[in-house]
Amino acid sequence: MLWKLFVSYWKIGAFTIGGGYVMIPLMEREIVDRHGWLSRDEFLDLMSLSQAMPGIFAVNMATCVGRRLAGWRGVVAAVAGNITMPIVLILLLAMFFRHFRDNVIVDRIFMGLRPAVVALIAAPVFRMAKTAGITWRNCWIPVVAALLIWLFGVSPVWVVLAAIIGGVVYGKLKAETSYENQNENGKRG
Amino acid sequence: MILIKLFFTFLKIGIFTFGGGYSMVALIQNEVVMKNGWMTAREFTDILAVSQMTPGPLGINTATYAGYTAVVNSGLPGWMGVVGSLLASLAVIVLPVVAMLLVLRFLSHHRDNPVVDAIFRVLRLTVVGLIAAAALLLLTTDSFGIPGLNRQFVVSILLFAGVFCFSYFKRTNPIYLILASGLVGLVVYSV
Repeated sequence: MLWKLFVSYWKIGAFTIGGGYVMIPLMEREIVDRHGWLSRDEFLDLMSLSQAMPGIFAVNMATCVGRRLAGWRGVVAAVAGNITMPIVLILLLAMFFRHFRDNVIVDRIFMGLRPAVVALIAAPVFRMAKTAGITWRNCWIPVVAALLIWLFGVSPVWVVLAAIIGGVVYGKLKAETSYENQNENGKRG
Repeated sequence: MILIKLFFTFLKIGIFTFGGGYSMVALIQNEVVMKNGWMTAREFTDILAVSQMTPGPLGINTATYAGYTAVVNSGLPGWMGVVGSLLASLAVIVLPVVAMLLVLRFLSHHRDNPVVDAIFRVLRLTVVGLIAAAALLLLTTDSFGIPGLNRQFVVSILLFAGVFCFSYFKRTNPIYLILASGLVGLVVYSV
């Protein structure tokens, strides 16, 4: 069981290029369809929890699935399986490029890659803005966050902390107003 | 010592990452380029390029590569770089995994709580700004060349626009876009 979990996650880690979310279909196939370890509903529940929690989505997901199947040993097997291959590959490439960084061909390739990488970071900004439910009333939040980090050199850590505190205040205020509304409605009724 | 500093820096990066790999990229960039000066913005861009075309989660790949580069840049030998990369990638996952286990154990119905819901709504919006800042910070002459009618700048702008459109509208897998841009670079700058 532990071995199967490790192998499944090894595959998920080793064969998906392009970030955690590209892994979802492969994960679903391995865990729900192929091995039947989780039902599709359970899988979706764990997925939304993994997205909400801090850290790397794929690793969070591996933690959930590993724990559900085999406790802490399962967590170790799934997480280790998920990250082993990427770490080994990256290290090999890191050493390779260290050796060839003054090579003319490598340099030309990277001159083409750099603007592409910036575009690949810019595109999810607009995609995520849509899923985050951006409106004219709340668009100041991402704008202020971006300006603080970009122009004023504020660490994203402080911005995330401020967002959490802001969320708590906003949630409390909203909970109170809806409670008062309910009371008023109750009196009227 | 850089290894210890690296470990604690990546612990912090791990627990403050909300909303996926790109948001972790923003945090790593701030720590390794701006705050600690372990590498240049250009080196970091190159790391991102390699991390995006290698299998695995973007956050893990970037942490591994940045950990290696930070240690080797400080003048330590390559095997210490390997230690640094392992420390960075372990540090980045350990706190989130513990948090995940605690939540799975104690909380199961937190989703209906209006305060928790509000926190995540604000966080989702904030993360958009975080990633936007990371992209803006990468708009450097190092990556695009000197603005003007010269070959590198024009090619860079065209590549940027093309990759952006494919990624945004067609959701093309980054690996293809990276391979294609590398090929364009090789051909254009060789003639």
